[in-house]
Amino acid sequence: MKGQERPVPLGLARDGADTYTRPMVQHPRRRRSEESTRPFRFGGVALLAVLVSSCSFIEIDSPLTTFEPAGAIADRIDGLFWPVFWIATVIFALVNIAILYTVIAFRDRPGRKEPKQTHGNAKLEVTWTIIPALILAGIAIPTVRGVFDLTECAPDAMTVEIIGHQWWFEYQYPDHDIETANVLVMPAGQDVCAVMTSDDVMHNFWIPALNGKRYLVPGQVTLLPLHAYEPGEFWGHCAEFCGLSHSLMRARAQVLSLEDFDAWVVSQQSGAPVPAEGTPAWEGLQVFLNRGCTQCHTVDFEDNNLDIADNIVPDPGFNGPNLTHFASRNVFAGAYLPYEGLSYNEALTQWLANPPEVKPGSFMPNLGLTQQEIDDLIAWMETLS
Amino acid sequence: MTATAQRPSTTIFRRPKTTEGFWSWITTVDHKKIGIMYGYAAFTFFIIGGLEALLLRLQLAGPNSDFLTAAEYNAMFSTHGITMIFLFVMPVGAAFMNYLLPLMVGARDVAFPRMNALSWWIFLSGALFLYSVIFFGDVTPPLGVEGVPGNIDPSDQTLLGGLPDGGWFLYQPNAGPAFSPGSAVDFALLGIQILGVASLISAVNFLVTIFNMRAKGMRLLRMPVFVWMTMVTAFLLLFSLPIIAVALFMGTFDRSFGTLFFQAAGGGDPVLWQHLFWLFGHPEVYILILPAMGIVSEVLPVFSRKPLFGYAAVVFAGGGIAFLGFGVWAHHMFSSALTPVAQAAFGLSTMTIAIPTGIKIFNWLGTMWGGRIRFTTPMLFAIGFVAMFVIGGLSGVTHSVVPSDWQQTDTYYIVAHFHYVLFGGAIFGIFAGLYYWFPKLTGRVMNEALGKTHFWIQMIGFNLAFAPMHWLGLQGMVRRTWRYAPETNFGPWNLAVTIGAFTIAASILVFMFNWTWSKRKGAASGLDPWDARTIEWTIPNPTPEYNFAENPVVTSLDHFWHMKYGEDTEGRAVRKDDADELVARLDHGGRNPKSPIHLPNPSYFPFLMAVGLPLIAYGIIFHEGIVGKVLIVLGAVITLGSLLGWGMEPLEEPHGDDGGGEHDAELVEAH
Amino acid sequence: MAETVEVAEAHADDHGGHGEHESFGIDNRKLGMWLFLSSEFLFFGALITSYMVYGNDTFGNTVVPREIYDIPFTSVSSFVLLMSSLTMVLAHQSLAGGDQNGTKTWLLATAMLGSIFLGGQVFEFYEFIQVYGMTLTTNPASSAFFMLTGFHGLHVAIGVIMLLSLFGMARRQGGLSEKHGMNLELVGLYWHFVDIIWIVIFTIVYLLGAV
Repeated sequence: MKGQERPVPLGLARDGADTYTRPMVQHPRRRRSEESTRPFRFGGVALLAVLVSSCSFIEIDSPLTTFEPAGAIADRIDGLFWPVFWIATVIFALVNIAILYTVIAFRDRPGRKEPKQTHGNAKLEVTWTIIPALILAGIAIPTVRGVFDLTECAPDAMTVEIIGHQWWFEYQYPDHDIETANVLVMPAGQDVCAVMTSDDVMHNFWIPALNGKRYLVPGQVTLLPLHAYEPGEFWGHCAEFCGLSHSLMRARAQVLSLEDFDAWVVSQQSGAPVPAEGTPAWEGLQVFLNRGCTQCHTVDFEDNNLDIADNIVPDPGFNGPNLTHFASRNVFAGAYLPYEGLSYNEALTQWLANPPEVKPGSFMPNLGLTQQEIDDLIAWMETLS
Repeated sequence: MTATAQRPSTTIFRRPKTTEGFWSWITTVDHKKIGIMYGYAAFTFFIIGGLEALLLRLQLAGPNSDFLTAAEYNAMFSTHGITMIFLFVMPVGAAFMNYLLPLMVGARDVAFPRMNALSWWIFLSGALFLYSVIFFGDVTPPLGVEGVPGNIDPSDQTLLGGLPDGGWFLYQPNAGPAFSPGSAVDFALLGIQILGVASLISAVNFLVTIFNMRAKGMRLLRMPVFVWMTMVTAFLLLFSLPIIAVALFMGTFDRSFGTLFFQAAGGGDPVLWQHLFWLFGHPEVYILILPAMGIVSEVLPVFSRKPLFGYAAVVFAGGGIAFLGFGVWAHHMFSSALTPVAQAAFGLSTMTIAIPTGIKIFNWLGTMWGGRIRFTTPMLFAIGFVAMFVIGGLSGVTHSVVPSDWQQTDTYYIVAHFHYVLFGGAIFGIFAGLYYWFPKLTGRVMNEALGKTHFWIQMIGFNLAFAPMHWLGLQGMVRRTWRYAPETNFGPWNLAVTIGAFTIAASILVFMFNWTWSKRKGAASGLDPWDARTIEWTIPNPTPEYNFAENPVVTSLDHFWHMKYGEDTEGRAVRKDDADELVARLDHGGRNPKSPIHLPNPSYFPFLMAVGLPLIAYGIIFHEGIVGKVLIVLGAVITLGSLLGWGMEPLEEPHGDDGGGEHDAELVEAH
Repeated sequence: MAETVEVAEAHADDHGGHGEHESFGIDNRKLGMWLFLSSEFLFFGALITSYMVYGNDTFGNTVVPREIYDIPFTSVSSFVLLMSSLTMVLAHQSLAGGDQNGTKTWLLATAMLGSIFLGGQVFEFYEFIQVYGMTLTTNPASSAFFMLTGFHGLHVAIGVIMLLSLFGMARRQGGLSEKHGMNLELVGLYWHFVDIIWIVIFTIVYLLGAV
């Protein structure tokens, strides 16, 4: 064993270490006690700087935020979150202040004596077992009440059936005989009960402003109560990983006043108009009928005697959104399109030109449509209000 | 005493003899070599998992990014999770346990040295099998209901996109045969299965070592806390691995042999997968964190120069966390249709976990309180662990408020939470341990200036990377999201996260440089570089092959400290006059055993046996072709053959005529 | 590798001195086996639970296991397996009493009884598949049934192989020594475990599950 120079024990202050007499090797240039506290101070300041500078974003809420509850249920959840959040924040602050105080006050420095060899303190142990237990008991009571109040639907709630598909949500209104997609339309001030299932894999339906989230499980039915105070538009998202384009499986909730909702119901119950022959919309309809779209998509026409209506019987294995009122919805492709910076028509053009490129894995294939066909299709789809 | 003579001393192979070079590593049964191999392998996967994370962060740095394809993103987050959990944190825990457990309990090796080697080689073969998906796996487009194939843009089919893409949780039926038809997910299922075998073997081995191999006088309540946490972790593995094994078998059978466990179309229940997975998955979280808690409980007292405050409380809190950990799994599934009673029950049980966790935190604080704190690198990491783990623990309490969790689950709030627990917790603890025990491997100490640089860069990068995720999650950013819309205003925060991730990467580079440099040029450590407390520091550095020249006798908790220090009337530590002499004597004595020491002989069979398992796994994946069937048979022959060879191979070659009767026991010292 | 350790001469203190370690007083291998079996309990626990989740539902018009159990037949094969635990105990007792021939006989008897049980299981599977058309892929209940009983059968088969290996060793070496008696004890532990698990399966899956 060569080199008896041993930096032992590292970082222990030398001078004044009165009870510690053993020879130690010091770093030739710097005293260790300084070296050990300087980065500490520097790091603390840097951390603080990061935290402060990051506060500038904090004012901007996302449309998916959980901080702006818009209904009774989400409000109740919000009311549960904040007290717990503040309790946690206070505990966090206390513990970390205690850590900081401890490491600064009891850091090794010249003149510091060897510590007393305390092994524990039964009273303290009991204290810091019981106090957290009491705090938790305080949190537990509203939690349990919240769980029992919020899991079940109100008996007079309006039913909406939500069916998850890779990668879009389908909504059916059994009381009104309406089938739509991507945009969940519901009346303000009324309890709504989402009766949910999935057509393929597990999905998770979430409109943060209206309630927490609930799984959609294939072969099973789950319930999610929803409620909104006022009309408005709220964003949603599928929250469970559901395959290739999970991140593009989004949702909107459009909350209407009761009158508007009734009007919406009436308009949704009507069929699609048949465009005049020779117009671009007519050409678009021909593209729709002849290029395979009808394998997956349903359109209910006003004129049930029309020959073409018979063509539109989708194979049950292929399932795409019902397009009868496509233009009444402000989003499409699983509420992914359009997004900021891409207009509705641009987005629709891109989508129709090559769906799998826009939405990987999409079951809507690239049909190789020409630009003319796409333009005609869009002209027709604009009539599907 | 006559059995040896009747047994063949060599069986299929001549007994390997080498103690140096390549073959010595293949055939070794030395717990230290195995620990080092575990450590380097785990760190390699840490780098790989980290690179995957950086790719994820580049993709998310801005809205609607095109950096990765959706398939690549999904593959990256899935393999990042699998890699970090199964191929980094678990094996690095095994590395610490392997290397330190015998040293800390005062033994020459673990109870079953060859099984120890077996567990390491099975781990490695499982890990390589998992990543061989790059060469042998394939991802085909998803199938919809009724088997309608989805469409993938040709540009989406890339090398990285061919990795398993079902998430580490492999939720069914998305990871089932219908919706993930390519073989990539099979590699994940079977790979994790093989890794589980390795962990199960380790768990049994460590438990028997702790129960039966402690040095004389080391009663249970004199064991270092790290040993206690190893015991608790091993029990967790023992009781949680069989459950995931069943789930993985079911998943594999669904995919390969047409069973219908989780396939809703055939009447199966996808939620059963979740129950089975999280019955394993939640204890798994404690499997990841408890070894780090053990490390921190070793480091804090040394650098506070005080005994661990409330030793018994810390130990029992660890056990309590593990016990409660089996009763909280459904809090991962609050958004499934559990009954209100179940939701409330699991919410409450989750809250109770905060109590033992709090006890640990407060006792660590009590340990530092009134101490004489030295800011060495291991200490900085240990303090960082305590500070950061508090944040992860407290955000965990907010999840236990079930209705809140309905908002939080599956968002980045959860990602923030578990990274504060697993990075701020486990990884900070692991680095504390690496810096602290580095001298035991090399006889040198790591460079302190570089170490502190590493710590501060990592601390800043870590908080920059994961603190904003709390906000993002509460603002509604869902997990596993390849893209987010520009309207969400997630961009700036995500950019901050990405910068944080690269800052962490930079800190890891500093660490790697420090490690490499210090191994060759670091200051010599001597026997006791930290003025340590536990008996692994009573033997020379680097650790001699036989560990202890003489079997130690332990008379107290923190035995080594009490050899060096007494107390004055005030209760303050006073170094004994002969302490320096004692250390010098230990150093000399530890290098010069009075008499030759028997060690278990190396063996080929653990390595061979481990080769068989992935062959069977390949066979299952490709069982439809002739190659697969051949592979299954070949793998079974190799595994069973080496088991037979193993059974006939004595642990030690006979040497002289004494004690022969014990030679086919797993370890001579076992009794 | 600074120190080369010569394996030359045993030092009495290094070797098997029972006072050298704090220990639970149970042999390492036996303790290891107990721990392994505790893990196995949970393995079968999860399999049995999965069967209970699915076993009591009928799916469509497909045939589910509980409709086609042959309780008398399975009772007999369960009895056979139970008896094999008895012969295992007898083998162990013979060895303890130094009766090498008795040990070998009872070992072989145990292996035979285990094989008879396996044969019964093969017949049962054959009947379910060929006569009733219930296969692994018919419905989740059948998947769970074959998975559970199949994994148990695999455990029995491994046990039979171990018993036959012991028998072979005993023949080749002219008897099992006390040290090998340890091996016999390990195999015995495993064998009893496999039997106990079967009692649980037979009760829960067959008797309580039958229509």
